[in-house]
Amino acid sequence: MTNEALQARIKASLAASRRWHPFELAFWCMALAAYFLFPRQLLILNEIAILALFALSLDLILGYAGIVSLGHAAFLGFGAYGAGLLALHVSADPVTGLLFAIAVSALLGLVTSPLILRGNDLTRLMVTLGIASLLQELANSMGRLTGGADGLQGISMKPVLGLFEFDLYGKTAYLYSLVVFFVLFVIARRIVHSPFGVSLRAIRDNPLRAAASGVPPSWRLAGVYTLAAGYAGAAGALLAQTTQFVSLDVLAFHRSADLMLVLIIGGTGYLYGGIIGAIAFKFLQDWIAAFTPQYWQFWIGLMLVLFVLGGREYIHGGVRLLVSRLAAIGKRKGSAP
Amino acid sequence: MSVVLETSGLIKRFGGIIATDDVSFTLEQGARHALIGPNGAGKTTLVNLLTGVLAPSAGRIVMNGRDITGLARATRVKLGLARTFQINQLCAGLSTLEMLMMVVTERLGQGTKLFSRLDTNAGAIAEAAGIIERFGLADIMDEKISTLPYGKQRQIEIAAAFAVKPKVLLLDEPAAGVPEAERRELLDTVAALPADVSVLLIEHDMDIVFRFATRITVLVNGKVLTEGTPQEVAADRRVKEAYLGEAVHG
Repeated sequence: MTNEALQARIKASLAASRRWHPFELAFWCMALAAYFLFPRQLLILNEIAILALFALSLDLILGYAGIVSLGHAAFLGFGAYGAGLLALHVSADPVTGLLFAIAVSALLGLVTSPLILRGNDLTRLMVTLGIASLLQELANSMGRLTGGADGLQGISMKPVLGLFEFDLYGKTAYLYSLVVFFVLFVIARRIVHSPFGVSLRAIRDNPLRAAASGVPPSWRLAGVYTLAAGYAGAAGALLAQTTQFVSLDVLAFHRSADLMLVLIIGGTGYLYGGIIGAIAFKFLQDWIAAFTPQYWQFWIGLMLVLFVLGGREYIHGGVRLLVSRLAAIGKRKGSAP
Repeated sequence: MSVVLETSGLIKRFGGIIATDDVSFTLEQGARHALIGPNGAGKTTLVNLLTGVLAPSAGRIVMNGRDITGLARATRVKLGLARTFQINQLCAGLSTLEMLMMVVTERLGQGTKLFSRLDTNAGAIAEAAGIIERFGLADIMDEKISTLPYGKQRQIEIAAAFAVKPKVLLLDEPAAGVPEAERRELLDTVAALPADVSVLLIEHDMDIVFRFATRITVLVNGKVLTEGTPQEVAADRRVKEAYLGEAVHG
């Protein structure tokens, strides 16, 4: 093979891995179609979109950079309170609030990133858990600012872009969350296929090789942690704005733990795991709660134990097979003139 | 010939143990230099000191006239000091192409570019193509590294080190663990490294050392026992004793 031919092959191979697959496009069309197909389910769809965005944030650090966290709710909550407080005291414009929440959460991520750079997975779990608990107690004790246990009440959002009024059925809420999620997803997709993204995966797989190749691991990890914190902050802002309420619950441990479960269900490191996991988790929760309102957590717990012990390999294997079949179809189409 | 890498009075203590004991040696431009010694002689410790994995207790390391003793690992890499590891250190979840693109874009200073595309990066692609061709990796470049046979992975280990465009390349037992059938190809690649790259080879296998090296340093108990041409070292009685002693005790 000549060098030119090899270069062309490399180019094609790299392009193929970042090209949008028809399957992905279909997925996003379905998300939009859901708005028209399930007009009475928009509130739960909105919750799913927000959870999926939150899970995308964790996937960026867990799936792509190998950073485990049991305190990711710290950023969700920080963003939610940021957006809520801004709406109460400064401006009730949703997009302004969203950008503000992203900025303050990213800043919190940047400031706390040195704490997760050192140590192993266990240290990271404990440190992140600690930061989230710390923030929750701070929010609890600063009642005058945050409303304490009563939550942040009286938020009244202005229409999105001055045009779309929030309503009781979640119409505007779902579309707003979906659009924000989609935009952030496209950005994340671009980033994971960049030199920065590849260097993150290299650090995840082998920090020694990354360092031996001139990659400064600490800076890269701090960078993606900041980015992910901003994403979680965006999810928090959406939550605060679409429910027009912020409670201490946004910083609670179960938020971080559920998020881990979402990614365990959906899988990490391919961006869609969080979405699939969020859909499965929310519907499971909703469905079980409908027939046994008091003990739903028992059934969720049982299913997760079974899933993690045996079902996961089986389900993920099935999904992977399906995806690779579909990818083969997509490639054939892609290479046709 | 000019000196590219030089250590003077290098010492590394681990508690009471002295792993590197006053090592002063020089690596010349374009050298094919081997570092040999029995197990526990301190060969890998020396490599770790040179590359900045460990900090020396005393002494200096100078590369191309610049003191690099206190520099971070990544900075030394940027100055052109690359290494392979005794045990493969590869990114198992990446394809060979992705890993090489990672190394190449990093060398080009693009590692912090969040939105730059890989498939339109003509400079990096041309460089990666050159490396893939040189190391014969074209057929397997899209495979996940974890699925490849050990001999191939060993090639990729060297390719990844070569991809940083090193001035000095430290090869830590490149043939270790490679099955006989794949050994030949690997040694040919090592022999075909360009002459302007100075190579320090750390090796157990005397066949390889005597075939490849034009100069040999013998390390025993952390100290330089002797240094010379392969003929001189082969004739040195102390070297034989050190190896026989190892065979008896170890």
